[in-house]
Amino acid sequence: MKRAFKKLTKRQLGNGASRSRAPRHEQLEKAPTGIQGLDEITFGGLPKGRPTLICGSAGFGKTLMGVEFLVRGAMEYGEPGVLMAFEETEAELAKNVASLGYDLYDLIEKKKLIIDYVHVERSEIEEAGEYDLEGLFIRLGLAIDSIGAKRVVLDTIEAIFSGFPNANILRAELRRLFRWLKTKGVTAVITGERGEGALTRHGLEEYVSDCVILLDHRVNDQMSTRRLRVVKYRGSLHGTNEYPFLIDEEGISVLPVTSLGLDHKISFERVSSGVQRLDAMLGGGYYRGSTILVSGTAGTGKSSMAGHFAEAACRAGERCLYVASEESPDQIMRNMHSIGIDLAGWVKKGLLKFDAERPNIYGLEMHLLRIHKLISQYQPPAVVLDPITNYLAVGDQLEVKSMLIRLIDFLKSKGITAVFTSLTHGGDAMEGTVIGVSSLIDTWLLLRDIESNGERNRGLYVIKSRGMAHSNQIREFLLTSKGAQLLDVYLGAEGVLTGSARVAQEAKETAAAILRQQEIERRQRELDRKRAALDAQIAALRASYEVESQELEMGLAEERLREEKLAADRLDMARIRRADDENGRWKSKNNRKQS
Amino acid sequence: MHAAKEKTAKSSDEIWELRLYVAGQTPKSLAAFANLKKICTEYLDGKYRIDVIDLLENPQLGRGDQILAIPTLVRNLPEPIKKIIGDLSNTEKVLVGLDIRPRSNP
Repeated sequence: MKRAFKKLTKRQLGNGASRSRAPRHEQLEKAPTGIQGLDEITFGGLPKGRPTLICGSAGFGKTLMGVEFLVRGAMEYGEPGVLMAFEETEAELAKNVASLGYDLYDLIEKKKLIIDYVHVERSEIEEAGEYDLEGLFIRLGLAIDSIGAKRVVLDTIEAIFSGFPNANILRAELRRLFRWLKTKGVTAVITGERGEGALTRHGLEEYVSDCVILLDHRVNDQMSTRRLRVVKYRGSLHGTNEYPFLIDEEGISVLPVTSLGLDHKISFERVSSGVQRLDAMLGGGYYRGSTILVSGTAGTGKSSMAGHFAEAACRAGERCLYVASEESPDQIMRNMHSIGIDLAGWVKKGLLKFDAERPNIYGLEMHLLRIHKLISQYQPPAVVLDPITNYLAVGDQLEVKSMLIRLIDFLKSKGITAVFTSLTHGGDAMEGTVIGVSSLIDTWLLLRDIESNGERNRGLYVIKSRGMAHSNQIREFLLTSKGAQLLDVYLGAEGVLTGSARVAQEAKETAAAILRQQEIERRQRELDRKRAALDAQIAALRASYEVESQELEMGLAEERLREEKLAADRLDMARIRRADDENGRWKSKNNRKQS
Repeated sequence: MHAAKEKTAKSSDEIWELRLYVAGQTPKSLAAFANLKKICTEYLDGKYRIDVIDLLENPQLGRGDQILAIPTLVRNLPEPIKKIIGDLSNTEKVLVGLDIRPRSNP
């Protein structure tokens, strides 16, 4: 128990607010209740060794909270407890809480719990003179001492006001009782009926001043929500808001606003949207732990996008929780099957869990609490809420928004990637969500109808995607038997073309492209032909040139020979005519040789 | 007085079993015992038995009779069980509480 408490204190110290404010030397010791969420609101539990008042009207869960405090104390924190019941007998109590899985008789047998039913019957009692409530003290003291109880619940001590007529004596005795409980060192829970204009009918809050918890039950639009508020907690920080709580088959769970700051851990890891082209548009997929909103009018394929995401998560071997508030799981699985997404197989493998509930069964807070619980139990890294707009059936826009803020905070703190779908009604502004959560969303995909030429086609836009480069292009969104496919839309002078217009345009473009291709090829061929002709000409010219040049060379050579011959002849002639040269010598071969 | 006589006459052969729960020798306990004794001798004509139970000595005995207030006088017999709390200083109320005297009709 001590260790558990220390852990809580540590967690409390880790919280920024308390670290700066709480005095370092002495922390108020606390007794953890073990009730889901309550220990978080009270930063560790109820004040140890002091009385706490739980007040609320009949049927608000006071007794159950008391019993759970004792049972969890006995089972989880090793603190035996005494329940002094003024309204219900041991058998009634045991039966009432058996549905929550608590076996009171087992605890009684193990001497971890004593249930003492105190019966006060006004009609049997006559008052004749001075008295005190020492009998109650002795009885309670005996019970506490016999099992070494550390926790005591008095439920509802106000019942004795009806049994004893002298209110003055009772008030004095109650004051003494609470003082006495403190000296006994037990952590006590006293329940009290809600009074008019006061917390309790008999003003018990006057005596119990350390911690007061108020349980409330409100009905809005025929939806009832249980709420809890820590009115007072002397010497300790506590959440001051009203927190919704739920009583289900596992007891009480209180839902705190999960995060008071924006200190979620972020991830750079991407997870697939399940649609390849979309992943490419987003530069790799959604960020892990981000919140994605898919909004659009009816029939634009929001659920299909969600289905793709769920399937992609399962395919990656991760669990996925699919919270459906419009269709039954079977219907979703059938519909998804028609576009080639096999969700049933993943359900069988235990990777996909459906939770389908009509929104108007519970109030909003209940839904939130239930989703919390499911997430805590199933621990899925991926969650789908389809659609969030249905919650408007049970709350107004502001309430739904506040619920979603809390849910998104919770999901982010757990690093869960979540896809929400949101139905936009015809006539609403396209780029507005009904619930006004767009500012909380990391990635917002808008699916819309594009109407033209008498047909309706789907278009997908990435309106925003925080922290990632993403395509600004509209894509046409097709639902095929192999899943959702994204296609480029035709953008041209005539605007955005989709559907058959796009197909026609594409065909036109293809034809034009073929023509262009043919033209290019034709020109290429022409060019080739011209080049070949030119080459041939060049070759012919070169050939004739070569022939000519050979002839010329030959002529030249002949001329040269003839010239030489003439020169030789002239010399011979001169020799024959004994002509002399400028030296007076005979120009003869023989002379030249002789000299 | 006439009615009271009738009442005692009716249950004349019965023994009154009375239990007085106290917690230690407090002034209130002592006063209660003295007052009870006085009333019994005066109205019950010796046909009574008083057990004084001190819850400080036997705390577990308080459970059976659902004793919260101290002192408490319990009439076990004759049936039905009656409880009177306080130091029994108001004799009228004790007599009415024990059915010795009927409730006064306003």
